[in-house]
Amino acid sequence: MSREVVEIVAGERPLREVNAEIRTAVAEGKHVELREPLSRHNLCVALEGGGSVAIDGSAGYYCGGLNNGGIIEVRRNAGWGVGEAMAAGRIIVDGYAGMAAGASMRGGTLHIKGDAGPRCGVAFKGGDVVVEGSVGFLSGFMAHAGRIVVLGDTADAIGDSLWGGEVWVAGTIGSLGTDTEVVEPEDEELASLETLLGDLGIADRPQDWKKIVSAQGLWHFHARNARAWLMI
Amino acid sequence: MADDLTDAAAYNGGADPNRPAGIPDSYGRGRSPRWTPEVIADIQAKSLLGRYQVRGFSTFNPRIPTFDDLVFVPATMTRLPLEGYREDCDTRTVLGERPGLVERPIELDIPIYIASMSFGALSATAKRALGRGASMVGSMTCTGEGGMLEDEREASDVLVYQMTPSRYLLDLDHLRRADGIEIAVGQGAKPGTGGVLLGMKVSARVAEMRTLPVEVDQRSTVRHPDFLGADDLQVKIEELREATGYRVPMFCKMGATRPRFDVAIAAKAGFDVIVLDGMEGGTNAAPELLLDHTGVPTLTAIPAARQALEECGMADEVKLVAAGGIRSGADVAKALALGADAAMIGTAALIALGCNAPVYVEDYEAMGTEPGKCHHCHTGLCPPGIQTQDPRLEARLDPDAAAERVARFLTAMTMEVSMIAKACGKSSVHNLEPEDLRALTPEAALFTGVQLAGLDRPLAW
Repeated sequence: MSREVVEIVAGERPLREVNAEIRTAVAEGKHVELREPLSRHNLCVALEGGGSVAIDGSAGYYCGGLNNGGIIEVRRNAGWGVGEAMAAGRIIVDGYAGMAAGASMRGGTLHIKGDAGPRCGVAFKGGDVVVEGSVGFLSGFMAHAGRIVVLGDTADAIGDSLWGGEVWVAGTIGSLGTDTEVVEPEDEELASLETLLGDLGIADRPQDWKKIVSAQGLWHFHARNARAWLMI
Repeated sequence: MADDLTDAAAYNGGADPNRPAGIPDSYGRGRSPRWTPEVIADIQAKSLLGRYQVRGFSTFNPRIPTFDDLVFVPATMTRLPLEGYREDCDTRTVLGERPGLVERPIELDIPIYIASMSFGALSATAKRALGRGASMVGSMTCTGEGGMLEDEREASDVLVYQMTPSRYLLDLDHLRRADGIEIAVGQGAKPGTGGVLLGMKVSARVAEMRTLPVEVDQRSTVRHPDFLGADDLQVKIEELREATGYRVPMFCKMGATRPRFDVAIAAKAGFDVIVLDGMEGGTNAAPELLLDHTGVPTLTAIPAARQALEECGMADEVKLVAAGGIRSGADVAKALALGADAAMIGTAALIALGCNAPVYVEDYEAMGTEPGKCHHCHTGLCPPGIQTQDPRLEARLDPDAAAERVARFLTAMTMEVSMIAKACGKSSVHNLEPEDLRALTPEAALFTGVQLAGLDRPLAW
């Protein structure tokens, strides 16, 4: 990497100062080594520009939230809402991610090497989230668009009430959510997925995929859906 | 003569000696206070539909205490009124004045602004007209759910961006171009439930902004995807401040349910402005039972919210906005006197735009209603072209004339507020206080802590 490297220490310093320094460096296309992150919340929020950050440890809530172009690597674990509302860029979590990873994302790629908690990709609106481990319950809940890709297993209610988008699972599905169906993937879709995983440097790529999409039974407000909507 | 009357009134002409005679009126038509024609019609409708009914507008529950249960007691011997036509009364309203946290507080010329109503519920023309009308008189508007509309941003001098649980088109650039960020955790019309936008209004443009299939019946989530309680919310507020550079105030919009506790929690979580929306609040669509049976009236919520802010020592820092069923300057003045710092209007602003106007009367009739009684916002068939996404209907609204009406209405309301304030001897509308009010009913006195008229001492509260 030919980027100019700057070192920023988070420690106990005011978040505002730390983030402002990161934001400036990333906007200028530099690479930031963020030391002593101490699992603090809201690190690297709303980055823009072509630079990158490596967080040398764990991050708290909303790490990389509203990201709009930055490349962020969390070397250990990330808390709730990592990559929340990301529009562009890439976030890599080397460890585990907490609840609501990639919530309401609109673009970019979120790559979690360990497991992700419940509601991964909730309200997803675009882009890709790739989880190499397993995901918790209600992952993909009410997603609109985009791809949620799980190499491991899932807990219950996966893809519940999908408007659109796709949840791809290589391992075992705990149970499907309401109004979902598993469909046979097209060859081009598989090729596109293969490219995505290849780009992320995932060597051991599963070949046997289950693709979950909306069954579209809840798109319209009919009384016959009452049980599906848990109204009774 | 008497015998004839008895015979005529008796069941079957009195022919059956086992059936007692009755008065014809009580036999002919029932007058049950419980099984009213409306209740019967409601049961019949549900037994056809197999689900609850969805409609627009706001509650029809007749048993809600209103601001009409309070009156002002202007200055007489104990205090001096201000000269109505000569002395000034300050109407300037500042929201989010928190040095260190908010660089650019919102400064409005009047204590009234226009509520968050989405592009989707309203046409783009209506949104633009509201923005322009508000800007003409130094007021502001709010985007509502569904993202920021470019036309609306251009038309509005001051625009608050609303973030709802569904997070439709949550865009960093939009956040940064907003003059305030509002996290909606509920609304007065239907607290504790998510939004509804029926398929008739999910046009291609609305669908694209919300990343939805065209014409689906959109039912939004009620819980935010990435925070659950107040502790998380505190972090969320910090995230939004980070994203917007600590420039603009953070609003919290909530339906009024347990205001004494909810408002304290929201203030402690870090919001700069709390918008408290009473059960009279309007909506483009909601299950009817929620409109009529959930939440508490605006009138009752304001004093409790004010008390909450005072109890947690944040009354000077955190501003309170009252909303829900506010119709006139008198209502605004009463809300301010009870403890609000500003009032927010939705339905009243729409009516000023042209909602329920006596135009295209045949279109109202086709829906089984008439101008002045229409509540069919959910259908998207709005005859004056406000609550619609149908380009043919939308074209009916002249945005310039509509903006002018909104500006004039806001001006008239503000004049009403300052007239009352001056009569009460106040040089600022924000100096109105509960002591300026008397309650006309014991209920209103108990709900608000305002003294009962004639009693001149407080009832317990």
